[in-house]
Amino acid sequence: MISFSAFLKRFLSDPVAIGAGIVLLVLVLMAVLAPLIAPQNPYDPLQLDIMDSEMPPAWKPGGDERFLLGTDAQGRGVLSTIMYGTGISLLIGVGAVIVQAVLGITLGLIAGYKGGWIDSFLMRLADIQLSLSTLMMAIIALALFSAAFDANTYADYAIIMLILVIGIAEWPKFARTVRSSVLGEKKKEYVDAARVIGLPARRIMWGHILPNTLTPVLVISTIQVAEAIMIEASLSFLGLGMPTDRPSLGSLIRSGFEFIFSGSWWITLFPALVLIALVLSLNLLGDWLRDVLNPKLRRGED
Amino acid sequence: MTQPIVETRGLEMRFALPTHFLSREKPVLHALNGVDVSIQPGESFCVVGESGCGKTTLGRAIMGLLAPSAGEILFRDQRIDTMDERMRKPIRAEMQMVFQNPYASLNPRRNVFDTLAEPIRHLLPDTPAAEVREQVESVLAATGCDPSWQRRLPHEFSGGQRQRIAIARALVTNPAFIVADEPISALDVSIQAQILNLLTDLQADRGLTYLFITHDLSVVEHFGSRVAVMYLGQVMELAETQAIFAQPKHPYTRLLLEAIPKLEGGSFDKPRTPGELPDPVNLPVGCPFAPRCPLADARCRAERPKLRTLANGTQAACHHTE
Amino acid sequence: MAMLEVQDLHVAFPRGKRDEVEALRGVNLHLEKGERLGVVGESGAGKSMLAFAILNLIADPGRVSGGRVMFHGENLLDLSERGIRGIRGNRISMIFQDPMVTLNPVLTIGTQMIETLKAHRKISDAEARKLCIERLKQVAIPSAESRMDAYPHELSGGLRQRVVIAIALLTDPELIIADEPTTALDVTIQAEIMALILKLCRENDVALILITHDLGVVAEVTERIMIMYAGLCVEEGRTQDIINAPRHPYTAGLLKALPQKAGRGQRLYQIPGSMPPITALPPGCAYNPRCEFAADRCRATIPPLAGGVACFHPLQEEEAAS
Repeated sequence: MISFSAFLKRFLSDPVAIGAGIVLLVLVLMAVLAPLIAPQNPYDPLQLDIMDSEMPPAWKPGGDERFLLGTDAQGRGVLSTIMYGTGISLLIGVGAVIVQAVLGITLGLIAGYKGGWIDSFLMRLADIQLSLSTLMMAIIALALFSAAFDANTYADYAIIMLILVIGIAEWPKFARTVRSSVLGEKKKEYVDAARVIGLPARRIMWGHILPNTLTPVLVISTIQVAEAIMIEASLSFLGLGMPTDRPSLGSLIRSGFEFIFSGSWWITLFPALVLIALVLSLNLLGDWLRDVLNPKLRRGED
Repeated sequence: MTQPIVETRGLEMRFALPTHFLSREKPVLHALNGVDVSIQPGESFCVVGESGCGKTTLGRAIMGLLAPSAGEILFRDQRIDTMDERMRKPIRAEMQMVFQNPYASLNPRRNVFDTLAEPIRHLLPDTPAAEVREQVESVLAATGCDPSWQRRLPHEFSGGQRQRIAIARALVTNPAFIVADEPISALDVSIQAQILNLLTDLQADRGLTYLFITHDLSVVEHFGSRVAVMYLGQVMELAETQAIFAQPKHPYTRLLLEAIPKLEGGSFDKPRTPGELPDPVNLPVGCPFAPRCPLADARCRAERPKLRTLANGTQAACHHTE
Repeated sequence: MAMLEVQDLHVAFPRGKRDEVEALRGVNLHLEKGERLGVVGESGAGKSMLAFAILNLIADPGRVSGGRVMFHGENLLDLSERGIRGIRGNRISMIFQDPMVTLNPVLTIGTQMIETLKAHRKISDAEARKLCIERLKQVAIPSAESRMDAYPHELSGGLRQRVVIAIALLTDPELIIADEPTTALDVTIQAEIMALILKLCRENDVALILITHDLGVVAEVTERIMIMYAGLCVEEGRTQDIINAPRHPYTAGLLKALPQKAGRGQRLYQIPGSMPPITALPPGCAYNPRCEFAADRCRATIPPLAGGVACFHPLQEEEAAS
């Protein structure tokens, strides 16, 4: 186990971790504070002017200093759309991971602790689910959903649908991680000590075993947020994710992609850079966490 | 004889071994083969034997961690192995366990107070919070733990300190009977004496009854009032401690006694023939010790000896003891 | 000239970025041909570290930070990796606690033995096989020929350790270093294995360094003992002298704490506290916080090893006996 101060010390001595942490912090702040600091609200039709469309970044000839990173085809400032879009991407990423974690931890705990046919059943189910690509399942589900409802309803519920679809499709990763930790933990004598006093299985699982399996859960959570953001971006890029009037980073890249050959490269390039920075920083932090929390890699200190 | 506090009658434990699902054979491991022990209040009943003899299985079955395949387990004449949880709850407060490995028996994420309060909160839910605190503190004091340890986590303590905390947890509901499964074998030599003394003192203060499981006969000689020597799931010899050390009746007991290294030296000078445990999956028909026994004859290989009482009160399962 | 002479050996591990802590703080040891030495200590005393350092096997991030290991007048710590390989596993063999450290699970016993032999000797396959079978017979492995084709997992723990001993003997070493060779084994098997090691050392005139926490085993097998505490040797001398009349208070405490020394039901002598970790040693003698004789001098200066004991207040014979 590692104390918080040791954890902080490790963090501050690792330039990669600090860099990734700062990038992530800036992006999160930018997204959360978007309504306050964005130069423009891209969802407010009153603030948009079609005359401002496809303006290049401010430092280019023809640029406007109101729009630092230029504007898109509807006259929305790319910087503002990125700020709002990052928020939506993060919301979907975190939301999907919460769904994954709740499902995965519950099923993983039950499978690992109960064992027997329940375990076999749940793990075969996980195998089947993992053998189907997440993207494929999401495409089918979202295509059905967008066909079944009209565009307005779809736009209203798109966030929730994306969270649910990505969340449900990826639970086996959590379930497998938790199950393997549970198999290790349940052999330990503190679990027997809890059984000796007659604690019901439910309380042993959630109160004793779960807190000891959270380290790997924390690590995969970080990486899974990055993964979920990428899946959402791919779906949006394919036109199955967020509608263009409430764009995530993926839908911004898609809407800009149409203009890339007419020379308006900024509409797609800047959201793409932000997406890369976001996913990369999450993955780097996840890798760093795994190294720090894995006692096998940690020597000589405790 | 007074009423025994814990008794087992014909206890059997069989584990099905994992096999390929198409395999026709269903191998079964016999961990306990008809074990009858009765433990008197206030005594330190020791169970000795080598790995695979079933001593830990016996302790875990009595504590309800394993369900017996056959036989009965009684606590003060009440049958507990088939009792439902609601009925069993008050009995659980009377029976507690101390485990071998103090590094695994305390939940690493719980502080000492929470670990100790849990048995009271679950088994005696009517205890007011103030009294829980009081009880935890008094039991910590009784086991030589500092009251300031309560808010600390297990990894801050040494092995000996952790074992004291584990003993405190076992005592917190004020039990009458404690199963101690190799409680000192994971500890350093200089700490073992501390823990053994603690167990002796606690027994004197609280009138505890111990079922003490160990592989170390020298500890038994010091600590036990009666001893059961087990081999491959069976009791081979059961006697008063003095009797077993003065006059070991079973050849296996004698082998165990000879194997103890002596401080005077000299007993390892003659080479010994390798002895191996028979496969517990395919137990021999006769006496399980026969393959290693110098006295074994045709009868031993054909007929399993029953535990019978000898003239000096010792019970032994051997055809060749008088 | 002694066969093995360890002089002022230090082993250090990094702590933080710049700092280091010492696991061995200057250990001396000498061993004559055919002599059997026991190294006794609790976990963390540095006894296994000593064995590894002798063979220059200290793994990263630790390092030998001082001293010499002279084997027939040659410093093993100065040898190239190639040079040490001609000695390690050849003229000096090791037996570990876990036989699976030595044995490769995917190769048969025979393949591993023949490989070991051919690595150090120019010998034909047929001859090598003959010699291996002979060695297996020497360690009393039943049906040695057929065991040559067995895999390690097909053997019991006791037989595996016998195979490891047979491998250790293959190259006719001058010295065997055995690190807790029987700790994982049952008492009766321990007695067999220790008796075997003793017999083989005597017959082949092989020197032995036996590392263990068990004073009884040491008393049975060795001629001299070294008692280690917190990275230093605190007492050294002839085995029976130390057992009968220990002079360091720690040695005396360890011996008095053994359960076989006390009567039944009596309290055992106990050493208070526990051994400090190497990262938090007290100034002066590392044993001073636990010692009943500790004086100001003990808290200020580390006592040197003089006349076989590293103590400012060594016990006299009559004190030790009481």
